[in-house]
Amino acid sequence: MNLDRIACGFVPLVDCAPLVVARELGFAAEEGIDLELQKQPSWSAIRDKLVFGDLHAAHMLSVLPVAMSMGLGGAAARIDALSVLSVNGDVVGVDPALAARMQAAGVDRSVDQATAVGRALISAAGGPLRIGVPFPFSMHAELLYYWLSALGLEAPRDLDVRTVPPPRMAEAIAAGEIDAFCVGEPWGSVAVDLGAAEIVLPGAAIWQFAPEKVLAVRHDWTRTHTGCAMRLIRAVWRAARWLGEADNRLTVSDLLARPEYLDRPAEIIDRALSGHLILAKDARPVRVPRFLEFFDCAATFPWRSQAVWMARRWSARAGVEREAAKAAARACYRADLYRTALQSIGADVPGASEKVEGALSVRTEVASSKGEMFLGPDRFFDGAIFDPSTA
Amino acid sequence: MSEQPLKVSVVEADRDRALMIVDGLRETGTFEVDVIGDSSGLARRLSEMSPDVVLIDVANPNRDILEELALASGPKERAVAMFVDQSDSQMTRAAIDAGVSAYVVDGLRKERIKPVLDAAIARFQLFARMRIELETTKAALAERKVIDRAKGLLMKARGLSEDEAYALLRKTAMDQSRKVADVAQALVTASDLLG
Repeated sequence: MNLDRIACGFVPLVDCAPLVVARELGFAAEEGIDLELQKQPSWSAIRDKLVFGDLHAAHMLSVLPVAMSMGLGGAAARIDALSVLSVNGDVVGVDPALAARMQAAGVDRSVDQATAVGRALISAAGGPLRIGVPFPFSMHAELLYYWLSALGLEAPRDLDVRTVPPPRMAEAIAAGEIDAFCVGEPWGSVAVDLGAAEIVLPGAAIWQFAPEKVLAVRHDWTRTHTGCAMRLIRAVWRAARWLGEADNRLTVSDLLARPEYLDRPAEIIDRALSGHLILAKDARPVRVPRFLEFFDCAATFPWRSQAVWMARRWSARAGVEREAAKAAARACYRADLYRTALQSIGADVPGASEKVEGALSVRTEVASSKGEMFLGPDRFFDGAIFDPSTA
Repeated sequence: MSEQPLKVSVVEADRDRALMIVDGLRETGTFEVDVIGDSSGLARRLSEMSPDVVLIDVANPNRDILEELALASGPKERAVAMFVDQSDSQMTRAAIDAGVSAYVVDGLRKERIKPVLDAAIARFQLFARMRIELETTKAALAERKVIDRAKGLLMKARGLSEDEAYALLRKTAMDQSRKVADVAQALVTASDLLG
């Protein structure tokens, strides 16, 4: 059988797992796709290669396609987010000396108390905070701005969020270039093992259900290759379902540890997959609820309300007209295509494409095609509610 | 022409490659060129130098730091964007194929950027060719070494002459449809294991 080749870029992070599994476990081939995975050195590189056609698809920061569709950043273009690859999975890490001062100020770390940790961090820093993130258009940056501005910090006066490539985070903290970082795994754990940082909070403590990475393609590619795009959605969805089974976890860490993927020890990768993180060097692992989610609670569904949340924040920051930004965001997250692609195989998909964000504090049953769907807790740490229809 | 010479920053850790690019630019015209080899504090150094054009390898992981500069927020900061010329997609394509990305300060005319980019593309290509040649030479040298070691092992173990030892390696390689160097490597590895 002749397979359609799809060149797909990825950045070596634990959350590229659905793409690796789609290829290695044969889910892509079952859909007639030869999913060729190409490791990329930076988010700029992945974005440019997607725009210029060197890549057909990409593992992308959830905020990036929205920003690109709004015309922000270099190489802007209309991009479609076909599905969500992962939810949550970021950690906030700080300089160990700062962590010690936080402890003196009340609390040095927690898996769910974002307010207490945030206040201790602000008080221990005693001045402007410099925090590294992998890229300006990222959930990492959004979570930091959301969290610390709600606690009274004003950017850029008190909060300097700057870009540091994840492999350099540990070094940048050690060199005193930054006080803290927000980064995806395995880089937080790598910095902890080096003794360069302590993890003080998981991203999930700021927003309980934050879309982290998406499967992105060019909008014109979706138009000319609609069938292929739908097969890709199905392949990656099956991979995510497989990833959601606890029994498969060790296979996944071994797979991701390979040189062509993360090229890191399986043990360190397994911390994120199991949700048992080591927060400080030589500390005992602690369980972080819903640390990284691939499938449960409709994790793969591209909620347009989440894209609108991102657009709303960037339109204020970059001075883009609000309604145009929201329209671009809604067009970018392809809930429509996702639903069509997955209903054909009898998968359960949400009945709505948008929801009020931050309203659920417990696992809740919602309307879906088969009536078996639950959504997970999705509260913001400050209890705010985001309604996309009035935002 | 009373225009100020363009300020060009080259972000490149490999000293030889950086020097080649600088030479290429000097041959093309009058530019104020500086090289940033160390990635720590890249954003700060760039904002101090305030270049008109930044040249950086497409594959350099530090490119994401430059993205931040594209989001100039203060009146004193200068907006930079990756140079993508929609009217001349061939040039953009050539730059990407050669592995060059250029970040250009807002409002700079295309005629002023083109010679910089052309020179950078040419030097990136030249450097890539040289690297391939160097790697080929290195690989050939490594193969020669391992074949010599394998020949030595055969000569000692089986009392063969050098020519006979090589002939045996070559015949084995042909019989197994493998490269002589691979057979030699297997022999050397086996011999190391057996002590």
